[in-house]
Amino acid sequence: MTILDHTLEELHELLVKGELTSLQIMESVYDRIEETEANVGAFLALSKTEALAKARAMDEAGIDPNNILSGLPIGIKDNIVTKGVTTTAASKMLEDFVPVYDATVVEKLNDIGMISVGKLNMDEFAMGGSTENSAFKVTANPWDLSKVPGGSSGGSAAAVAAGQVPVSLGSDTGGSIREPAAFTGIVGMKPTYGRVSRYGLIAFGSSLDQIGPFTRTVKDNALVLNAISGYDQRDSTSYDGETPDFTQGIDQGVKGMRIGVPKEYFNEDAKEKGVIESVRAALKTYEELGAEIVEVSLPHSKYGIPAYYIIASSEASSNLQRFDGIRYGYRAENVQNLEELYVKSRSEGFGLEVKRRIMLGTFSLSAGFYDAHFKKAAQARTLIRQDFEKVFEEVDFLVAPTTTTTAFNIGGQIEDPLAMYMADILTVPVNLAGVPSVSIPCGFSNEMPVGMQLIGKHFDEQTLYRAAYAFEQSTDFHKQKPLFKGGK
Amino acid sequence: MNLETIIGLEVHVELKTDSKMFSPSPAHFGAEPNTNTNVIDWGYPGVLPVVNERAIEFGMRAALALNCTITQDTKFDRKNYFYPDNPKAYQISQFDRPIGHDGWIDIEVNGKTKRIRIERVHLEEDAGKNTHGTDGYSYVDLNRQGTPLIEIVSEADMRSPEEAYAYLEALKQIVQFTGVSDVKMEEGSMRCDANISLRPFGQEAFGTKAELKNLNSFNYVRKGLVYEVERQEKVLMAGGELQQETRRYDESTGNTLLMRVKEGSSDYRYFPEPDIPRLIIEDEWVESVRNALPEMPKERRARYVSELSIPEYDAEVLTSSRELSDFFDQTLSFEADAKQASNWLMGEVSAYLNSEKLGIDETALTPKALAEMIHLIADGTISSKIAKKVFRELIVNGSDNVESLVEEKGWAQLSDPSKLLPVINEILDQNEQSIEDYKNGRDRAIGFLVGQIMKQTRGQANPGVVNQLLKEEIEKR
Repeated sequence: MTILDHTLEELHELLVKGELTSLQIMESVYDRIEETEANVGAFLALSKTEALAKARAMDEAGIDPNNILSGLPIGIKDNIVTKGVTTTAASKMLEDFVPVYDATVVEKLNDIGMISVGKLNMDEFAMGGSTENSAFKVTANPWDLSKVPGGSSGGSAAAVAAGQVPVSLGSDTGGSIREPAAFTGIVGMKPTYGRVSRYGLIAFGSSLDQIGPFTRTVKDNALVLNAISGYDQRDSTSYDGETPDFTQGIDQGVKGMRIGVPKEYFNEDAKEKGVIESVRAALKTYEELGAEIVEVSLPHSKYGIPAYYIIASSEASSNLQRFDGIRYGYRAENVQNLEELYVKSRSEGFGLEVKRRIMLGTFSLSAGFYDAHFKKAAQARTLIRQDFEKVFEEVDFLVAPTTTTTAFNIGGQIEDPLAMYMADILTVPVNLAGVPSVSIPCGFSNEMPVGMQLIGKHFDEQTLYRAAYAFEQSTDFHKQKPLFKGGK
Repeated sequence: MNLETIIGLEVHVELKTDSKMFSPSPAHFGAEPNTNTNVIDWGYPGVLPVVNERAIEFGMRAALALNCTITQDTKFDRKNYFYPDNPKAYQISQFDRPIGHDGWIDIEVNGKTKRIRIERVHLEEDAGKNTHGTDGYSYVDLNRQGTPLIEIVSEADMRSPEEAYAYLEALKQIVQFTGVSDVKMEEGSMRCDANISLRPFGQEAFGTKAELKNLNSFNYVRKGLVYEVERQEKVLMAGGELQQETRRYDESTGNTLLMRVKEGSSDYRYFPEPDIPRLIIEDEWVESVRNALPEMPKERRARYVSELSIPEYDAEVLTSSRELSDFFDQTLSFEADAKQASNWLMGEVSAYLNSEKLGIDETALTPKALAEMIHLIADGTISSKIAKKVFRELIVNGSDNVESLVEEKGWAQLSDPSKLLPVINEILDQNEQSIEDYKNGRDRAIGFLVGQIMKQTRGQANPGVVNQLLKEEIEKR
């Protein structure tokens, strides 16, 4: 057992007892990165010097025994701005962009003494499901290096799965935390919209984006969500209600709980049957643990994909207009006038998928098309949300596969954007409804991890953690280690 | 063919909040370029707007003063367009749920009152400023970026440039009274675009309109519209056709010049601002803003005329600004005589303000001091001649106790007989001849004697009292 096999709680205990120092943890992190990064390619930038200095300072100051995350390492998705540390969103547009401020979540992590290891690869501006849309590098799935880690938070997922860091932050607009968590066999939480401040998250789909943690275990995940949640006066969409301790009651089990199984999310004709089989087996486990399984219906989820791609792309088309080459970011050279400056900077700075979505969004908002596209999508969104609210009158949470397949081959779908979009079919309704959902490992299919998502009521992450923990404690999928198949 | 002029105005008013509409940066003028800015104003990646509640309140206040209905379930929208002074490449505005709608104001033209309807009042943020240097570079100053604005859109209810002028005057006065803006066109805190078209009398459909820009004063609005009426008339009378266009007013010639022909409307791709939740304005908030509205100029004028017997014209002058009108009301609250207070404000005070180019709140004069001075004149403590000296002192240096000021400076009139009698008798003793002359019916002699007494008392003697005592003393001799 190495240092990095410990849970956060165990690491904290060792730090407090003095059996381990923060510096030792950080050194083992960078050793592990050195060992695996050539195969995995999770990071876009490392802050080794600063991180080691910080760890040393924390050790000298003494680890706060009441602060469970102090002195522990974390990786940060590169669409979360970090003061003085290049933040690119994996785009050529921001290749040399060094922010002058920290995102709220980064401030919070700094305040409790977590130490940022570096910035993690992703699909450009979080648009994609494989991390292949990064302008800078391809990240591989630690289980099989010929496969994608999922996306858009592929770097964040791969780094945790590969044991490089115990925790990372990702963002989820339509599945960008849950899909990579499922593909890499780890725990990924997309909190309720509003639970975590978006201030400093480079916006993609503002009404959908949410930051959340990746970890290997459920409890670790809850501990990190504790640290980053809460009302932020700089984000008007953040939730101003109470933030509970997400670990509280985590071990209370699922006995007597009612679990909804949305029939629309179990496509028996799916090409990879192993996924659904694993989730069905997981439901059996839940039954054995004393939960009641109830079939429910979310009839409007079938409109999820079109509604999501219209809304997210529309918001993105507006959000990404600020990248105009004027104040920061990539600026084209040898331009003759303002219009040319805009057109060339954006044409050269953005990648293909980003341009595709800007065009889709711009079209959907255009005069004469707004009603048929954006407005209809917004109406579908309301129906989808109402579906969830209705079933939650009957059940405590829902269980569904996170993805229709396990991780696919690098290069396998990138030429077929529509197939890529369809892969989000099981995750996007959750974002449209704004409800929380955590993906946890629940089995294997074709030797690759399968993820199951637990979907909860608004601001009821606690039930999800409790149910996820119960499952985790009675299975050992989370203990499986990636094989780096095909590695050098 | 007789043509009817149709005018509608879009007026932007900058709100006088401390901070910006969606960021905590200060929202005032005159700072070095780009100093009153932060990451939000720069449109930095990752930043989010947070609504300035004060701006909502100011918007509501203006909307209510303009007799609008408040949209209590309101929201913000994004208006998308690229321009260097617009760092997010969208302006946060209000599209289909303006804070206020369906209002009106009354204007007076040629002694007749006319009601002009207001379609909507909506909140939005101002853009920055581009300047084009002589060095071949263009510069962007984002100090103004994000300053809260309201846009007040009238219905096309005005039928002449004079009505448009009267509308702007009335609008400015009302907004100024609400205290939400300085409404100064010369400083850009009030800006106006005008839409104008002509149609044959009796025709219901509007004609093809022109939008006039660069109207930097009320006079330019009027002149530009007058020019535009003539231009459009000429085209139509000659059987020509107008095109929908945007025209720029040229201050040097008084003409309007073609800027661009509009082909369809620009597509701003409005959609709901996802970073700002829907805003529900509770009844209590609306009512508290409504109840806190000051008395509007029209009502004040009516009150001055009917309750204080102030002449119509004077009432007009006194209500020309909120500050002056408030000053007047406060002076009365110290029990000053209304007529006297009005005379002072319209006379000496206005003259001083004009010559010094100051607002009344920029001087040391207080309503209390003015009222005290008026009392001292009334009870004879100071003469009206000395009062001018006192006034000068009050408006330049100020005083919180005019009576002791007058005493200190020795400006009080000498009215006490026990102090005046010795002087009077001294003068009489020296001027036997004048007594003789007076007794012989030469009234002028009394003037001479009063003059001597005034001289002796360095002008402080109360002439009325001196006159009376003098006559009594002469009789005794």
